[in-house]
Amino acid sequence: MALLEIKNLHAKVEGREILKGVNLVIQPGEVHSIMGPNGSGKSTLAQVLARRESYEVTAGKVLFRGKDLLAMKPEEAAAEGVFMAFQYPVEIPGIGNAYFLRSALNAGRKHRGQDEVDAMDFLPLLRERMKLLDMDDSFLNRSVNEGFSGGEKKRNEILQMSILEPSLGILDETDSGLDIDALKIVSRGVNALRSPERSFLVITHYQRLLNFIVPDFVHVLVEGRIVKSGGKQVALELEEHGYAEFETVGVR
Amino acid sequence: MIATTEKLRPWLEEFESFHRQGSGPGWLQGLRAKAFARFYELGFPTVKDEDWRFTSLQPVANNHFALAASGEAESLQALGIQLPEGFACHLIFVDGCLDTRLTKFGQLPPGVVVEGIASLLERAPERIERHLGKYAALDSEAFTALNTALLADGAYVFVPRGVALEKPIHLLYITTSGPERKMTHPRNLIVVEEDAQATLVEDYITAGAPQVEGISSFANAVTELVVGDNGVVSHYRVERENAQAAHVATLRIQQGRSANVASHALLLGGGLVRNNVHPVLAGEGSECLINGLFLGQGTQHLDNYMKVEHQSPRCQSRQFYNGILDGQAHGVFHGRIIVHKDAQKTDAKQTNRNLVLSDFAQIDTKPQLEIYADDVKCTHGATIGQIDETALFYLRSRGVPDSEARSLLLYAFAHENLERMKPAAVREWLSELIGSYLPTGVGHPEKAEATARSWQEAG
Repeated sequence: MALLEIKNLHAKVEGREILKGVNLVIQPGEVHSIMGPNGSGKSTLAQVLARRESYEVTAGKVLFRGKDLLAMKPEEAAAEGVFMAFQYPVEIPGIGNAYFLRSALNAGRKHRGQDEVDAMDFLPLLRERMKLLDMDDSFLNRSVNEGFSGGEKKRNEILQMSILEPSLGILDETDSGLDIDALKIVSRGVNALRSPERSFLVITHYQRLLNFIVPDFVHVLVEGRIVKSGGKQVALELEEHGYAEFETVGVR
Repeated sequence: MIATTEKLRPWLEEFESFHRQGSGPGWLQGLRAKAFARFYELGFPTVKDEDWRFTSLQPVANNHFALAASGEAESLQALGIQLPEGFACHLIFVDGCLDTRLTKFGQLPPGVVVEGIASLLERAPERIERHLGKYAALDSEAFTALNTALLADGAYVFVPRGVALEKPIHLLYITTSGPERKMTHPRNLIVVEEDAQATLVEDYITAGAPQVEGISSFANAVTELVVGDNGVVSHYRVERENAQAAHVATLRIQQGRSANVASHALLLGGGLVRNNVHPVLAGEGSECLINGLFLGQGTQHLDNYMKVEHQSPRCQSRQFYNGILDGQAHGVFHGRIIVHKDAQKTDAKQTNRNLVLSDFAQIDTKPQLEIYADDVKCTHGATIGQIDETALFYLRSRGVPDSEARSLLLYAFAHENLERMKPAAVREWLSELIGSYLPTGVGHPEKAEATARSWQEAG
């Protein structure tokens, strides 16, 4: 069974139609990248998959492991194994990072009928994952994303993903605003999570990230539709020629 | 005028019967009589009074309250009250009078006095006479006048020059429920001398389910806090009475040179609450932090009236008041800053941020700057918003259920005030207390368009 099946997905944001019939199938273990110009609907697709309720789906279907993803609340989708790394992670003052991560992990475990993890067992796991992302112990007690630099916030997103261990990791322009060192650390974290069961949807505007997280498939999203799909060479072509070719094709 | 006087007749009768008992020294009896005469002239403020524009005291004015007489309770357990840990002492007042059996005086450094006003009036009234009524404005404030007229007991705290109290002092005021409406007029006098330090918590609570309809109790507390040169004082007010309680609290702070005072208020309970904070930065270079959090639910009315007076040069004041309003609650923040002619180089800042969780909740926020000096820095800002939709989605997308995610965000909002509360014993206790009062906000409509003014962007 496919991990994710998107069929003719249409979605509106603030009354404007952004997605105009997206079709995409992701098998377990695959890394797909969605590239496209600004405003093409990349982030909207990510937000719809993570079940942001203010994004209105007007037509189409999304199946996640055969289940109707569009019927799920964000917390249900998370518990089922969907994770989205935010482009702009939110600061939550007063809530410690370690506390938050354990709450999130246990909320999912509770949903799946698993035992909750106590603080003693959780800490070693968290420390191990933090090491991979070059995060020191101060991250444990700092408030979630509060006062974090852009790079720290993105690393914290990947840390969350590594703790929650989703089946589908969606990276929404995780590379935006990252310098090359931070990009390498973030990519290392993502690559460490790659497995035959886990899939990724990597959304990016630029090809650079895909040098580090090498995709199996690249799709080009323009004006709410996938206009081209292929292997990783598609990203290289885009790097060379830009999106101009597709934009003239678009319905104006 | 005749109508007003007629309305005040029950109050006059209550005062006369109290006054006939003639407790305390002659000067105090004179002060009470003078104060009542002034109250009788002023009457209860109405919404026509600019300082009371958003708050009607008619429920208090139109009801008859008896001065509570008992002042004794069986035990704190019987009242369902647990004392917080890490305090130097707990002065416990029951229905306005110090309960010496329940009070835990604790061990205090030599020279420090923590005692009931009534007891001190018998033992050493001159200690009170020096300060009492010298700061609180009984000439212009009806509630201060009424409190002074009916003054019987309260807390007296004295910290002598150079002494730093490490642990906080807990002043707990319990109003018990009874078959008639009760009123109390706690009067506190806190004197912290030059170079001395202290932390005090005034904590108001009701015990037992109300036995009458409508307003069941009225507490009218006045605290005069006198801080000498270079003194450091943190004053906390915790209001957690039941929803049928009316409460008017007045804190008048007098600061000496380079004195550093923090006033923290946490309004959780009470049905009709007015919180007056009036620091006077009288000594040059003094600083005042005015930090408050009010959480309104149901039909609670929580009015915060700040009057920050800069009298001397180079003083600094910082006001941070945050409100969370749910249900049909009504919150008010009225922040007055008065910079007197000589108070050059004043640095005054005021911020009021509010989260309104329901379509029926209301907040009125009003800054008022009166500046008579020419070289000053004064800023003010207020925001009103809802729970940030993006933040909520962020938490939910990590698996946290909706109601828990809302609570976390409300806690995060409240945290801003909590982190300014420095002593760990106080902060941790209040942080826990807040947890049981935070509305979950479940089922309230979100308005994405309003998040543009959300708390996240407030600065």
